[in-house]
Amino acid sequence: MTAHAPATSPAAPTQATRSPTQRSRVLGLLVCAALLFATCLASLAIGTESVSLPTVFHALTDYHDVGDQWIVHDLRVPRTAVALLVGLALGLSGTLIQAVGRNPLADSEVLGINSGAALFVVCAISFLGLTGIWTYIWFAFAGALFAMVLVYLVGMTGRAPVTPVRVLLAGVAIAAVMDGIGFAVRLRNPRAFDNMRFWDAGALDGRSLEVAAAIAPFIAVGVALCVVVARSLNVTALGEELARSMGGNVARTQALSLVAVTLLAGAATAGAGPIGFVGLMVPHAVRRFTGPDWRWILAYATLAAPALLLAADVVGRVIIPPAELPAGIVTAFLGAPVLIWLIRKRGADRA
Amino acid sequence: MTITEKSRNTVDFGRRQLVVRVGGCSARASWRALAVVVALLAGAVVFAVLAIGIGKYTVSPSDVLGVLMGTNTSFDRVVVLEWRMPRMLMALLIGAALGVSGAIFQALTRNALGSPDIIGINSGAYTGALVVIAGIGGGYYAVATGALVGGLVTAVAVYALSYRNGLAGYRLIVVGIAVSAVLNSVNQWIVIKLDYHVAITAAVWQQGTLNGLTWSQVWPMTLCLFVVGAILVVMGPQLPVLQMGDDAAGALGVRPDRARLGYLVAGVGLVAVACAAAGPVSFVALAAPQLARRLTASPGVALVPAAAMGAVLLLVSDIVAQQAFPGTELPVGAVTVSLGGAYLIYLLVTQARQR
Repeated sequence: MTAHAPATSPAAPTQATRSPTQRSRVLGLLVCAALLFATCLASLAIGTESVSLPTVFHALTDYHDVGDQWIVHDLRVPRTAVALLVGLALGLSGTLIQAVGRNPLADSEVLGINSGAALFVVCAISFLGLTGIWTYIWFAFAGALFAMVLVYLVGMTGRAPVTPVRVLLAGVAIAAVMDGIGFAVRLRNPRAFDNMRFWDAGALDGRSLEVAAAIAPFIAVGVALCVVVARSLNVTALGEELARSMGGNVARTQALSLVAVTLLAGAATAGAGPIGFVGLMVPHAVRRFTGPDWRWILAYATLAAPALLLAADVVGRVIIPPAELPAGIVTAFLGAPVLIWLIRKRGADRA
Repeated sequence: MTITEKSRNTVDFGRRQLVVRVGGCSARASWRALAVVVALLAGAVVFAVLAIGIGKYTVSPSDVLGVLMGTNTSFDRVVVLEWRMPRMLMALLIGAALGVSGAIFQALTRNALGSPDIIGINSGAYTGALVVIAGIGGGYYAVATGALVGGLVTAVAVYALSYRNGLAGYRLIVVGIAVSAVLNSVNQWIVIKLDYHVAITAAVWQQGTLNGLTWSQVWPMTLCLFVVGAILVVMGPQLPVLQMGDDAAGALGVRPDRARLGYLVAGVGLVAVACAAAGPVSFVALAAPQLARRLTASPGVALVPAAAMGAVLLLVSDIVAQQAFPGTELPVGAVTVSLGGAYLIYLLVTQARQR
């Protein structure tokens, strides 16, 4: 066996061709932050009843129950807060799944994780009569974990090579079964059906600040776990053997990521219902500006994913007046073309 | 007309086959496939009698047979002929239509997962139907036409989007999944916009249901199936040849593009009439041809066993849907999606073991 040092370090060629510099990355991050701020303002101001920006400002800083201020204060602030948190959770969980699973075609919705969380929540509501988010959020976590384990068993074990498409199909099949069972359960309980009609479509309206407060701590823990594993993601992305030989602790990264995805996807589903494609789109969209470094992708996703969900929500509010289109429908519209584009890229169905 | 049976005394041609010749035409089928089809049809009759008998007002199987023979003229007659018969027949017809269309698409894509419910044809047909309902209202034929147009447009779009230096099976499937995600959200949007009050009805229909079907839907459905069936018979046995690949098919005298177009239209047409009557019932088209193929041990998917299998599957699913939870009637689609999804998982697991 001959050991010879590689002629160039692996990072060198990408650096030389078109890897963005540190400065442009920071600049891009600032742009993302500005976008997020702008979408937040839009989410507070735009809707069936548009509110002027000064009124929004007054409603936020010193609230009086006059004019349009209560719309901002009572309706739009909770909605925006939930969208921020859910978007953040979806973006980070999608990024983690893609990084650790080494699968560009994945996010929590495509893999059926949201469906698992939704099924468990539906069962908790209709069989156990639980109503408050504080009680059923635990079922969302259990469902997310259950679905992930199933997808792993069906899509990633066995002798056949683990391809992104195989994992995706496993996710689609598992999501189909869970949605079918969930629908049956819901139909038995008409009141639950009525309550969950808009929750199903991934709607953000009518959420109270209580929901935001309930999901926030779990999402915070998820974000903390993301920060912990961020450094080892780049090594894990090289593949299990290579990662181990370079001193990475793959099992630890995978276990921590599993916990993080469970918390993030479960909290997002409990908060806003199954919303798809945000986690799928964001890592691909930001990679163009960050290069292949997962730490930067995570940082960008933290800002870009909530901005995307807020933008989708705002678009859904104005596109079919006087009705509203749930944000989950808008994100599916935007995200599915991304999936098509990904699979049309050469080798995505093989790698 | 002669019926010959290849015996094993001479050259071994593989599985024993039944060959029927009428004038210049001939048809052949393996004895095993024939036996499977006969068994499935017998099963369909048994389940049909059961399906007619079971319900809030129970009719015993002997009374059902009595009504059908004309000897029983009590109230059972109304229950059997007016209430339950149309639904049972529609389950058989729609199941057969879905089975055949699944077999066609699986043969064209040469992939078990290329069935119309996975690649979005179901969703597209449903979108077409919904657009017609929301736009002009309209009866069965208008809705069926809308479903047909929607299904065809979707099929062409999925085909075009996944075409890139040829048609890789898996690319087609993933593009189909993405397209059906978009279409499902369009459908949900239309349902939300349509009417808040009928949302639960619409949601049930969105799953696929056989509720409320009457004789007035049975006749058009039968007619449509006969037309498509006649087209398929006229096209002859080109499907097994197409499954060998375009080059081999061309060498054997089949024009691949023309045959494919014909089968595509027939397959979408079947999905569309089924969808117009019952909504997008999913996963029957996926499971029926594959189950039939395993039972008949044939090299590729075949149309007739798939039709028989689909009919039995949908009828049994409908019985389960009505009986699973006493007091609540599930839409049949909720049952087929669970059973079919479980079967899809099984397919994936066995594929993983084999390779």
